[in-house]
Parts: sequence; C-alpha cells; structure tokens
Amino acid sequence: MSASYILRRLFWAIPTLIGVAIVVFVLVRVVPGDPIAMMLPPGATADDVGRLRAMYGLDAPIAKQFVVWSGEVLRGDFGNSISLREKVSALVLGRLPATLELVIVAVAAACLLAILLAISAVLFRGRWPELVVDVGTGLALAIPDFLWGLLFILVLGVLLPWFPISGRIDPTLDFNPATSFYLVEALVRMRWDALGNLLHHIVLPALALALPLTAALTRVLKGSLIDAMNQDYVVLARVKGYSRTRTLWRVALRNALIPTVTLTGVQFSFLIGGTVLIEYLFSYPGIGNLAIAAVTQRDLPLIQGLILTFAILFILTNLVVDMTYGALNPKVRQA
Amino acid sequence: MSSLLDIRDLDLTLDGRIRLLRRVCLQVRAGSIVGLVGESGAGKSMVGRTVLGIAPANARVTHGAIVFDGRDITRLPEDERRHILGREIAFIPQNPMTALNPVARIAPQVTDVLRMHLGLDRAAAKARALKLLTDVHLREPERVLRAYPHELSGGQRQRVLIAIAFACRPKLIIADEPTTALDVTVQKQILRLIRQLQGSCGTAILFITHDLGVVAKLCDHVAVMHGGRVLESAPAAQLFGWPAHEYTRALFAATPRFDRPAELLKAVPAALTQRLAEEAGALDLAVRGHGG
Amino acid sequence: MSPFLALLRHPRIAFGSGVLVMMLIAALTAPWLAPHDPLEQDLLNSFQLPVWSGGDVSHALGTDSLGRDILSRLIYSARPALIVAFVAALCAGILGTALGLAAGYFGGRIDSAISRLVDIWMSFPSVLLCIVLAAVLGAGLHTVVIAIIIIDWTRFCRVVRAETMVQKSQDYVASALTIGLKPAHIVASEILPNVAPLLLTLFTLEMGIAIVVEAILSFVGLSVSSGVPTWGGIIQEGRLYVNQAWWLMALPMACIILAVLGLNALGDGLRVAIDPVKAR
Repeated sequence: MSASYILRRLFWAIPTLIGVAIVVFVLVRVVPGDPIAMMLPPGATADDVGRLRAMYGLDAPIAKQFVVWSGEVLRGDFGNSISLREKVSALVLGRLPATLELVIVAVAAACLLAILLAISAVLFRGRWPELVVDVGTGLALAIPDFLWGLLFILVLGVLLPWFPISGRIDPTLDFNPATSFYLVEALVRMRWDALGNLLHHIVLPALALALPLTAALTRVLKGSLIDAMNQDYVVLARVKGYSRTRTLWRVALRNALIPTVTLTGVQFSFLIGGTVLIEYLFSYPGIGNLAIAAVTQRDLPLIQGLILTFAILFILTNLVVDMTYGALNPKVRQA
Repeated sequence: MSSLLDIRDLDLTLDGRIRLLRRVCLQVRAGSIVGLVGESGAGKSMVGRTVLGIAPANARVTHGAIVFDGRDITRLPEDERRHILGREIAFIPQNPMTALNPVARIAPQVTDVLRMHLGLDRAAAKARALKLLTDVHLREPERVLRAYPHELSGGQRQRVLIAIAFACRPKLIIADEPTTALDVTVQKQILRLIRQLQGSCGTAILFITHDLGVVAKLCDHVAVMHGGRVLESAPAAQLFGWPAHEYTRALFAATPRFDRPAELLKAVPAALTQRLAEEAGALDLAVRGHGG
Repeated sequence: MSPFLALLRHPRIAFGSGVLVMMLIAALTAPWLAPHDPLEQDLLNSFQLPVWSGGDVSHALGTDSLGRDILSRLIYSARPALIVAFVAALCAGILGTALGLAAGYFGGRIDSAISRLVDIWMSFPSVLLCIVLAAVLGAGLHTVVIAIIIIDWTRFCRVVRAETMVQKSQDYVASALTIGLKPAHIVASEILPNVAPLLLTLFTLEMGIAIVVEAILSFVGLSVSSGVPTWGGIIQEGRLYVNQAWWLMALPMACIILAVLGLNALGDGLRVAIDPVKAR
C-alpha cells in the first residue's frame, strides 16, 4: 500500500466526484417548488424575486451555473446556504465531526461485536449460542437500521428509559469544547463526566447504525472461521499443542478476517448513508440531520455541498477498507 | 526393551459404520525409524492422525489402545493430551505449501512451541529458533525468520516444518509423506536431513509413505498396510529380503526397476486385492458379531 | 394446483404468504374491514388507550392525538404500502432485468457500459438519493415509486446479469444458436424462463424493501399528502407523543416489521424451495 497507490486511487475518484456533482446539480435544479419564492414574504413582487434569484446566480443557464459553481468549489467556496444564511462550508465542517465520531464508534462497535459473536458461534457450534447468533443475525439483516433505531427509541429510550433518545450531550452539563470533536476533547481533557454523558447519548444511534453491518460481518466471519479451522495450518497448530480456543483467536481469526473484509467491505460505506436517517431519528447534530433539513427546505447550495461531502466520505471509506485489507493480507503488500 | 509407541488392536470407525482401521498393531521402539507403507487409502495416514489426535471429527476409536510411553493416550483427557503433543510427539506434515500460517511470519511459528512447552523467554526462544533453522541447513536463517511463508520455496518451507518438529526434542515424530510434495532432488536432501537430525536427537520416527525406495534407505523396521489392516511387520532387511505376505511380494513386483526399464509395469493382481477385501469384510463381521 | 400447495408446506413460505394475504385483505376490504373512517377526527376522544390497557373495544387499538381510530388508519395504510410495493418492485424488476439480460447475454462493450453504470450508481448513498429525488419530484405515491425504481433497479440487474451469463454458457443456448434462432428470441424463450424463479425471489424481496422505503419517505414527510394514512406517517406522528402514548409509534412499527419479515421469509423460502441445489 504505497503512497503512489493511494494517490492513484484518489485520482480515479475524481471522475466519480465530477459525475456525482453534475447529476446532483442538474437534478436539484429541475425542482418544482422555488426556494427563492419560499424565502420572500408573500407580498414580494416579481422584481424582488428576480433580483434575489440573480443574487444567488440562479438566473443563468444551467451549464454556466455549473461552471461558476465548480470554480468556486475548487477554491473551497461552497456557496451560502439559502435557508440558514451561512456559508455552506462552515455549516458542513461544523457538523462533520459529530458524524465522524458517530460513524467511528459504530464501526468499532460493529467489528468488536462481530468478532465476539462469530467466535462464540464457532466455539459452541451445534449448541444454543450458535443458534442465537444465527437467528439474531437473520433478524438484524432483515430489519433495516431505520426500524432498529425506532425500536431502540421505543424499548431502550421510552419503555425502559435507560438511554437518552436525542442530542449529543446534555445541554446542562458544564462542558465547553473548543472544537466540534466532543468525544476526543473530553478524552484529552480527561473530563470523565462529559465523556460518560457523550457516550450515553451516542450508544443508541451508534448501535442502530451498526446493527446491519454487525449482522453481515458476523455471518461472513463465522463462515470464514469455519473454513479456516479446516485448513492444514490449523491442524498443525492443534498438533503443536494449541487449545481450540487459542487456535481460534490466534490463528484462525487473522486468516478469516481477510475474506470477510473482501466480502463485506462495501457494507462499511453503506454506514455513511445510514447516518442520514439515524441522525434524523435521534436528533443528532451531524451532517445527516443537516441533509434532511436541507432537502425539505430545498436549500440547493447546501444540498450540493452535502452530497459532495457524502461522496468524498464514501470514497475515503472504501479506501480505508482497501488499506485494511492490505494490512491483513501480507501477500498483497508487495504490489 | 518395551516400545515407545505401542498401538494395540486399534479400530477406527467412521460415522459408526465404516471401519478405517482394523485391529492395527504397530510398535515403534525409542530411537528407531519405522516405515509404514501401503497404497493410497490403505489407512497409513489415518494411523498417524489418530496417534496425533487429528483424525476426522466423526471418526472414533472403537477398540484397542495407543500406548505412548506407558500411557494410553486414547483414554487421556483433552488437556493432558495437549501437553504431550508438540513436546513429546511432533508432526511433519505432507504439504509444506499449506501447513504454515500464511499471515504470520516464520519466527512466531517456530518460537511458539519453544515458549509453550519449554518455557523459554522471547530472546532465548529466538536464539534457539535461529539455531534450529541453521540445523536444517537453511541459508540466511535471520531472513527466513522474518519472512512470510509465501516468500519461501517449497523445500525451504519443508525444512522449517522439520525444524518445528524437532524443536522440543520430541521422543516421537510422525512424518506423513514429508517428501511427496517435493521435487526428487529436494527429496533426497530432506531425507538426508531427517536421518541426520534423527541420529543426533535420538528421536523415534514413524515414517508414513507409499515410496518403497525411501523406506528401504531409511527405516529400521517396516509395516505394510492394506485396507486398514497391517498385513506384515518386520525389520527392514528381513522384509525386503524375504517378504512373507503375498501382498508385500506383489508390491515389490509392481515397483518399476531402474535396471530393468523395458519391463512392462505390473499391477497388484486384482484377485489378490479382492481376497484381501473379503478378509477385511470378514473381520468387520466378526467384530460386529462381538458387539464391536 | 398441487405445486403451489406443495410450496406451502415450507414454513417460511407459509408464513410469508400468510402475511402477504393478510395485507392484501386489509388493502382490498379496508372500507368494510375498518371500524371507523381513518380521517375522522374526534378531538374529545384523543389518546384513547388500546383495549389491553383498559380502553374501549370501539377503538380497539386506541386513538391518536386528533382522535382518529388507529386500527382503521393501520388497515388503510396497507393500501399505499401494497401499491408501492407491487408497482415499484415490478418496474424496478423490468428495468433491471432488461439491462441485466442485455449485459449478461451480449457481453463485451454493452456489458462493460452497463456494469460501470451499475457501479457508479451503487456508489451513491441510496438513502440520500432517495430523499433528494423525493424532494425534487414532490409529494405523492408516484414519487415514491420512481424513487424506488431509480435506486434499486441495480439489485435486479446484477443478479440477472450473473445468472444470464451462467445460462448462456449452457448447452441449450449453444444448440439454439446453431439452429439459427435470433438473440432476442433466445433470450426471451430460452434464457428468461430459466431466470424466472430467481426473479420471483427478487421480486418479493424488493417488495419488502419498497415498503420500508415508503415508510422512510413518509416518515420524513416526503411521501403522499397527509390526508392518506401510511405506516411511516403514523410513526412520525406517534414519535412526537412517544412519551405519553408509546403505542402510537409501536403499532405501525409492528405492522412494518411483520410485513418486512413476512416478505423476506417468502423470498428466502422460495429461493430455497425452487432451487434446492443452490440452497444455502
């Protein structure tokens, strides 16, 4: 996984990004429902509307608008949000850390859970733990994360009020972070009370987000572990005197992770898309939540900026997954 | 002098119905090399695997005992058995390309037995591993320790596996066709290596193979198997000079001879194979009659 | 007659078919089945408890914030759900299958073009695309259907393409070609029937997905107008009052979960039953 490989991958991502940008740009401008008219008070004249439209550059032909917008984007200017009257880049960057923290916690939870569940299922093959894991993953895969989020809210937030169901942190808590990376800051500044509160809030949305990924990972990992345990090198480990548990953890797991990453790699980027609904459900102040607001408000610049951001996150996630594969599989590294 | 390994009337049954091993009797004296020969499917590998405890999961020992160093290891609990394995009984597998863990470097795969069974610390284990690799005549042992299995050739990997087998100076090594997967030239070197290490360590070896030539050169004692049964068992010189069983004679006759290349190849006569199968069947019936 | 009954012996198919039939009955007989008008508000009777909490049998599942009978609303919600499910799954299926057959059969440049299209398409976060589309197209069932088609046709395309390629390498295709049959004819009369069982499975799965997508869109407020009750819409309303009347959210959720599990079970059961060789 050399630097040139990474650069090459990023390079090939550019046409995809351009394609995404064009599609979204055109799509959003075909909108019925005029955002400009929505912004003005009812007594506005056609003249007012025209001037406001010109101010936002929405009166030029689409192609010209695109060129202008692209130029601005390359300079880092994503325009101004029509509904929130702030710079799009500021809005996005302000909320991005929250989503990143949510995603990272979800991915970590998913990986950890999947490994524990898959190993339990293999260690206790033919007994009830395996059955529980199989049925559980089947259910988790069949029911989409949106419904799981609702279930969590209902069961763990309302009926058994163990967890908060909205927001990122208790507003009454005396925690004034300098950045938007609340979790990181709380850790670094050793504010354990804030950390606890943050984690308490993030549990339900992260779990709901992670569940489909966990189920997929567990299934594939279990199959791969069973395959690995039939290999010659596992036989040799047993002959050397390894216990079954040790063989699973130390020998089979590492090998089983390789085909697992290959087969489920794409699911990690689905997680990024999942943040939209989950954040909305839990009123979690990230870019997913912002996206829904932007769409309902027909806020074109904000929508465009957000979609580009999501596309970039997608591509980066896939890149990280590839690099993980390289880290796991030594045979690939020489390339 | 009692045997180090004494397999007594061993029966191995698959799924409760199919007999893989039929009243197998075999002895290995300490420090000797015993060859176990036979065609593919004769059950020789299965004998080795049963001793090591790696027979297929649905195969059970339904009769007899495997007595190693005075203890019947078929009756031992799992964890006690594990302590013996790797330390006192080791294994040289057949396929060097798949027997090593592909995602780990060579070093931990050699030092793990040293640390597990001999209690060596990291530095001592590494030093010992280096010496082991030198003993198996691997050039640049430092580089090999740091390498991954896929960076080594088949012959190199087999030497590593041999080093692992001899690492804890076991009393018995079960070698399951260790040269079958290698080139002929490499085969010779590996055989010489095994004999050399065996001599210096005093380890007993159960050498499983279908190659009669190897057995002739290497083994003190030979057992011939067919259909899960041991048909003949004798010191090497005696077996090759005066083979007692008809099947053994047929086997020798079937072996192509370097000095008579123009001869047509002879197979083991079908009638003989048929009769042996019938004998095996009768044995199964008798066993089942006794509720075996 | 007997092949269908034989299928019903599989538990998954029985369960899934049962759920589907229940939904169909609810949708078709709603005006007669529902005890009340789903839109009728009765502000004096808001937040009535369901029957198991001590409420009146006339409002067996209670009422919502505007006094509307929940049971009736749930029954009527089966209509948009099923309409969307059938139509969207059918259209996505037709589009995806057509492209998949083309890609699989003709191979070469056509295949590369279609495959690349599928890859780029699938690199979009589908939820986001769905919502943007809904915002673009405006409220209404047609929006939901179009959104689902545009997002999920790739599911059919990929599977059909793979299966077509497998079928194409079979002997019967080679012999059809030697007889001189035209490609279109071969695809339609030889390959398609062999791909059909797979399509049936995909169709039922797609229906499940469509129901969820519709629920998501109505939850976000981008589906049909608020006049028509939908499960997603009822969930959204219920969410506002989840602390006082949790059943407002729980009941429509149960409907959706049952529908999804049933359709998934049906699709899974069909897949196993129709092609036992490939089972698991």
